[in-house]
Amino acid sequence: MRKSAIALLGLGALTALGFAVAQGKSPVIGLITKTETNPFFVKMKEGAQKQADASGAKFLSAAGKIDGDNAGQVTAIENMVAAGVQTILITPADSKAIVPAIAKARAAGVMVIALDSPTEPADAVDALFATNNYKAGVLIGEYAASALKGKKVKIAMLDLFPGHPVGIARHNGFLDGFGVAGVTADTEDLATGPQVVCAADTFGDQAKGQTAMENCLQKDPGINLVYTINEPAAAGAYQALKAAGKEKGVTIVSVDGGCAGVRNVDAGVIAATSQQYPLKMAALGVAAGVKYAKTGVKAVGYVDTGVTLIAKKARSGIGSKDVKFGLANCWGN
Amino acid sequence: MNNPKIVMQAKNISKRYGQVTALDGADFELLDGEILAVIGDNGAGKSSLIKVLSGATIPDSGEIMLDGKTVHFHSPIDARRQGIETVYQDLAVAPAMTIAENLFLGREILRPGFLSKFFRLIDKKKMLQEANRHMQDLKIGIRSMQQSVETLSGGQRQGVAVARSAAFARHVIILDEPTAALGVKEGNMVLELIRNIRDKGLPVIIISHNMPHVFEIADRIHIQRLGRRAGVVDPKKVSMSDTVAVMTGAKQPADLGDGLLIA
Amino acid sequence: MTQPASIQPKKSFLERLPSLSILGPVVALVFMTAFFGFSTTTFFTSRNLSQILQQVMIVGVIGIGQTLVILTAGIDLSCGVVMAFGSIVMTKFAVEYGVPPILAIFAGIAATTLFGFINGILITRVKLPPFIVTLGMLNIATALTLIYSKSQTISGVPDALLFFGNTLKFGETQITYGVILMLALFTLTWFILSETAPGRHLYAVGNQPEAARLTGIPTDRVILVVYTVAGLIYGIAAWLLVSRYTVGNPNAGQTENLESITAVVLGGTSLFGGRGMIFGTLLGAIIIGVLASGFIQMGIPSTYQLLITGALVILAVATDQFTKRKS
Repeated sequence: MRKSAIALLGLGALTALGFAVAQGKSPVIGLITKTETNPFFVKMKEGAQKQADASGAKFLSAAGKIDGDNAGQVTAIENMVAAGVQTILITPADSKAIVPAIAKARAAGVMVIALDSPTEPADAVDALFATNNYKAGVLIGEYAASALKGKKVKIAMLDLFPGHPVGIARHNGFLDGFGVAGVTADTEDLATGPQVVCAADTFGDQAKGQTAMENCLQKDPGINLVYTINEPAAAGAYQALKAAGKEKGVTIVSVDGGCAGVRNVDAGVIAATSQQYPLKMAALGVAAGVKYAKTGVKAVGYVDTGVTLIAKKARSGIGSKDVKFGLANCWGN
Repeated sequence: MNNPKIVMQAKNISKRYGQVTALDGADFELLDGEILAVIGDNGAGKSSLIKVLSGATIPDSGEIMLDGKTVHFHSPIDARRQGIETVYQDLAVAPAMTIAENLFLGREILRPGFLSKFFRLIDKKKMLQEANRHMQDLKIGIRSMQQSVETLSGGQRQGVAVARSAAFARHVIILDEPTAALGVKEGNMVLELIRNIRDKGLPVIIISHNMPHVFEIADRIHIQRLGRRAGVVDPKKVSMSDTVAVMTGAKQPADLGDGLLIA
Repeated sequence: MTQPASIQPKKSFLERLPSLSILGPVVALVFMTAFFGFSTTTFFTSRNLSQILQQVMIVGVIGIGQTLVILTAGIDLSCGVVMAFGSIVMTKFAVEYGVPPILAIFAGIAATTLFGFINGILITRVKLPPFIVTLGMLNIATALTLIYSKSQTISGVPDALLFFGNTLKFGETQITYGVILMLALFTLTWFILSETAPGRHLYAVGNQPEAARLTGIPTDRVILVVYTVAGLIYGIAAWLLVSRYTVGNPNAGQTENLESITAVVLGGTSLFGGRGMIFGTLLGAIIIGVLASGFIQMGIPSTYQLLITGALVILAVATDQFTKRKS
C-alpha cells in the first residue's frame, strides 16, 4: 500500500516532465549513446536536443548503463521504434552485436545513422557521421615526430580496450603519422613499431590511464613520448609522470578536443590533441532525421565531421590551430 | 508403586572435553508414563546428559538402553528414528512458515501414488487435517493452521514445537527449558500441554531452571551434580528448598529420608 | 484438567492483508502501466507490451535462479556474467569448433551449471559467505569470458541457438518462444516451491536454518542444490541471450548481475531469506522493463528511470525490514 503511495508521488512528479514533450506529428528522432556520463556523449546529446528544438522535432534519448552495454542499446532501439521514431542516431557500444537490432529497426522503416564510431559491417547503417579517427591519429603522430625530431624516441601507447575499431584507428593512425613503416588505414589489429616500448589499456578513463602510465614507467623509465586514446587518459598519464618527476621531458599527445583537454594543451600538460566535433555529428544527424521525416530522403554513406590539430606551439610544416581556436570550438566543460 | 517399566536408561555415562569432565559415570532412568525433570547447577552436566540422550553428543563410555535394548546414537536423526523427539530452546520453529508446515517440517505427508512420491509432492490438505487433529488432541486452541508461526505468541510457538514432537515421538520427548522466557499465563499453558502429552502415555524429560514449574509438573526429579546423578526425589515428599540444597551440595541426598527414590 | 490451553492468536490489520509483499509490486505495476498508457499514445499497445516481455526475458529467467538463492538467505552477484560465459561457450562451440548446435547448447549449460556447483561447494563445504564467493566468481567469470572470447563478438550463430527468438504472431502482438519458456519456467518453479517437500525445505533453510537442520533437513545439501540449479538456469538464460541478440557477446551480462537482484527485491522477496514468491520476481522484472520502455517513450532521460528504480528498491527493502521486525 505504502509502496504504491510513493510510486504515485514519484510518477506524479514526472507527469510534468512527460507532458512537456510535444505530441504532434512532427519528426521524431532518437539518440542512443554509449553512456550517460561521458562528457563527449553529454555534449552530443545537448547538440542534438538544441538542433531538434530549433527544427521542431521531437527528441528522445537513451544510453547504455555502462560502456559496452549492448543489451541496453538493443532495448533502447526497440523502445524507440515502438515510440514511433523515424530516425535513430546511435553510437554503437558493440559494433558487431548491435547489428541485428539495427537491421530490425531498418526493416520497420526507420533510418539508422551511426555517430562517432562505425558498425561492423559498416553498411549495417544508412549512414555514418564520424570523425576520421585514423586521420586524427595521423595528425598527432606527425606533430610528435616533428617535436621529437633528432631524439631517440621511446613511446608508450595508452590505448582504449582490445578490439574497438576507434581505438585501433587512432592507434595505427598515430604510428603511421609518426613514421612507422607498414602501418596503413587498412591494418586490422593494433600495430607496433620499433620505438614502442609499452602498450596498455585505459578504457579512456583518467584513473586507469594513470595506473597504465605508472606501469609503463616501471617497464621503461626512459619513455619520452606518450600517445593517449583521449584526454582523460592523457590527464592520468600526466599525473603519473609528475609523480615520477618526469613531466618536463615527456611529450603527451591525445585525441578529442574537449574543453578540459584544450585547457591542458594550454597548460602544457598535453602537447597536441586532435579535436573532434560531437556537436556537429549530432546536429548533422538531427538535420538528416528532419529531412527524412519531411521528404523521405535518407542520408547515405560516410560523412567526415572533421578533425583539427590543436597545439600551443605550432611547428613548421605541421598545420595546427592555437588554443584560442580550440577553446572556441571545444565541447564539455 | 507398582513398578512401572523403564523406558529409557543410561548407565555409567562419561564424557570429557579435553581437561573438563562433563559427565563422570552418570546414570539415568525414565519410567513409562512419567514426567521426569532434570535439574542441576550450571556445569553439573545437565546439558551434556541431555545431549547424550538426544543423540547430539556421543559419550566416551557408558551404555544407553531403550526398552531394555542397547542403542547407539550417532546423531539426533538416529535418536529420532528410535522415536525420541527433542525440542531445543529457541531454535525449534521456522517463523515465516505456517503452523501446519512447521508441524510436518522434514516429514511432510506426500500425496499418494508412485509419481507423487517420486516428485515428493506434498499433501497440503491432509497435512492441514492432521495438524488440526494433533492440536485438538493436545487441546491447543489455535484457530487456523495456515497462519504463520511468527503471528503467534511465544507460548503458542513453544506449543507448536512441543506438539510437533508429540506428533512424531513414539518413545520419549525431551524438552529443553520449555517455559523459559514465557510469561506466567503462557508458562502455565505449556505446562498444561506437557501434562496432556504425559496423559496420552508418552514419557517426558524436561530440563528446567524454574523450580516452581518443576515442582508443579514433575512426577520425579533427577538431580544432577558434579557430572553424576546425586539422586532422584519425589516432589510430593521433598520440599523445594531441600531439593535445591542437594543440588548445590548444601545437603547430602541421604538427609532427605523416604523422599529419596534413588540415591 | 484445570483450564483448556487455549489462546486466540492476535492478528493485526496488516497481517490480515493478503501479504503486503506481493500486493506492493502488483499495485506499483498496474499504476505505472496506467500512467504510461495515459501519458503516451504508443505505450499501451499490444505490440509494445509484448515487446516489454521480450526485453525482460533475460533478467526474468536469471531472476528465477537469483530468487532461489536469495530464498536460502544467500546472494549471487555472478549470475549475469556466468550467463555471458555460457553464451560464449555455446556460440564458440557452434561457430568456431563446428560442434552440432544441440551439443554446443548443452556444453554452455554444463559450463554455467559447473559455476553454480563451485559456488555451492565453496559456500557449503568451505563455509565462505555467499557474497564473497559470488563476488569472486563475478570477476573470475568476467575474466574467463573475455579471455576465452578474446573480447570478440561471435556472430554467424546457427539457427538452433536462435530458436527462442522465433515468434508466435497474433496480429500485432509477437510473443517469442523465449517469453513462453520464461513463463513456463516461472510456473514450474512456483509448483516446485509450493507443492513439493524439497521446495518447502528451501524456505525452511532460508528462514531458520538451525530449525531446519534439527528436523533432519540436510541444509547444506539443499543449498548446494540451489546454487547448482541456479547455474543451470543461467545456462538456459544464456541460450535465451543468444536467441535474442543473435550473437555471442562477451560484454553481455554486466548489468544483469544487479538487475536480477533488483527484480527479486522489487518482487517482495526478503534478502534475509525464507520469504518471498517466485512470481513476485516476474513482476519485479516487468516493472524494470515497463519503466525503461515508458520513460523512453515519454522522452524522459533514462537517468530518471534509475532514480525511480532505486527509490522502489529501497521502498521494497524497507517493507521487508518492517515485516521482519514485526515478528
